[in-house]
Amino acid sequence: MSRFIQLVGRDIRLAFRQGSAVTLSLSFFVIIVVLFPLGVGPELAVLARIGPGVLWVAALLSCLLTLDRMFQADFEDGSLDLLIIGPLPTEILVLAKVIAHWLTSVLPLIVIAPILGLSLNLPGDGIFALTLALLIGTPTLSLIGAMGAALTVGMRRGGVLLSLLVLPLYIPILIFGVAAVDAAIAQLTVVPHLFLLGGVSLGALVVGPLAAAAGLRLSLS
Amino acid sequence: MSFIAQNLACQRANQLIFEDVSFTLSAGEAIWVKGRNGAGKSSLLRICGRLLTPFRGHAEWQGKDIFKDYDGYVGQYHYLGHLDALKHAMTVRENVRFWASFHGTANVAMALEKFELQALADTPTGMLSQGQKKRTNLSRLVASPAKLWILDEPLSALDRHYITLFKERLLRHLDDGGMALFATHQDMELDRVKILDLDETAS
Repeated sequence: MSRFIQLVGRDIRLAFRQGSAVTLSLSFFVIIVVLFPLGVGPELAVLARIGPGVLWVAALLSCLLTLDRMFQADFEDGSLDLLIIGPLPTEILVLAKVIAHWLTSVLPLIVIAPILGLSLNLPGDGIFALTLALLIGTPTLSLIGAMGAALTVGMRRGGVLLSLLVLPLYIPILIFGVAAVDAAIAQLTVVPHLFLLGGVSLGALVVGPLAAAAGLRLSLS
Repeated sequence: MSFIAQNLACQRANQLIFEDVSFTLSAGEAIWVKGRNGAGKSSLLRICGRLLTPFRGHAEWQGKDIFKDYDGYVGQYHYLGHLDALKHAMTVRENVRFWASFHGTANVAMALEKFELQALADTPTGMLSQGQKKRTNLSRLVASPAKLWILDEPLSALDRHYITLFKERLLRHLDDGGMALFATHQDMELDRVKILDLDETAS
């Protein structure tokens, strides 16, 4: 357990020292969301209608931006070899990487999402549901992403292939996530959508580390 | 305490690199793997470090297959490869401490001292020269004890002083009942070392 925490701690420390992962995905997220009002015009009704979808799609894309580095950095400097032959099972190793990725690249997006929601004229209920849905749904983005990252580790320019592998698998999260916010805006009950999101997340929690570990073994052999 | 390799064969990209490589390593022994470029030195070491599965043959640690029943083998060896496994944004001390405690116990201060790294302890490894990076990596070996050292080119980028120093550490390790399996192109006078020449076994 202490090894698990050490590994997560190391990745978080590295992310903040290098700074690029956190600021990159965060500024990408903000810029995408800010571009939309410029593109579709400043009508408040239109913005409120497309707001939930815009925020979710922007979150998916920003998450994707840092995904390819999840194992790549460790692969390039030889750390991945040492981690794989170390005492932690590969599945647990993947889980540690996923947690570090979520904390450094996705959590900052969730923190800033309410402010961006306001700028898209989302009502208070919608913003609350959005934050909750992001918190429940986004761990899946890192978990599913880990599978793609594991399969493309060691590939030059694997990032594009990674997007093609992973984005289709993000569709359920997008659908349930947007549905939750829409329901909240329409004053309907949000809970079923959140349950569905939670279900997908739990499923990914089981499948993700297993599949990513198998992918890593495949890529490294 | 023994490591036994039997009839190992390695295949990369549908080409047989070596076959029928067998050796036994017991406590206090070292094996120097020699061979021309591409003879499969690194591949052999990676097989012994469980990073590559052999095409044929098997390897045992304490009588147990290292690929099927590896629980007893994990944590008993250090693998040091071509890549330095150092994070450039972290200091020498942080890097050594992370790997040592990930491996098990950490005796970082002693390890840094053994390779004369105290003055560099708080320097980010991104600022180090190749030789200094190598020493940081070597200090990993002593920061947490392991019976078997698998070393791929441990001497590259080291100057004469540190080669001597490394030899002392290696001999101390063997005296304490450790084992070593290493490949290097540099000449190193070392008694008690067996030589495994991959050119002779190659077909």
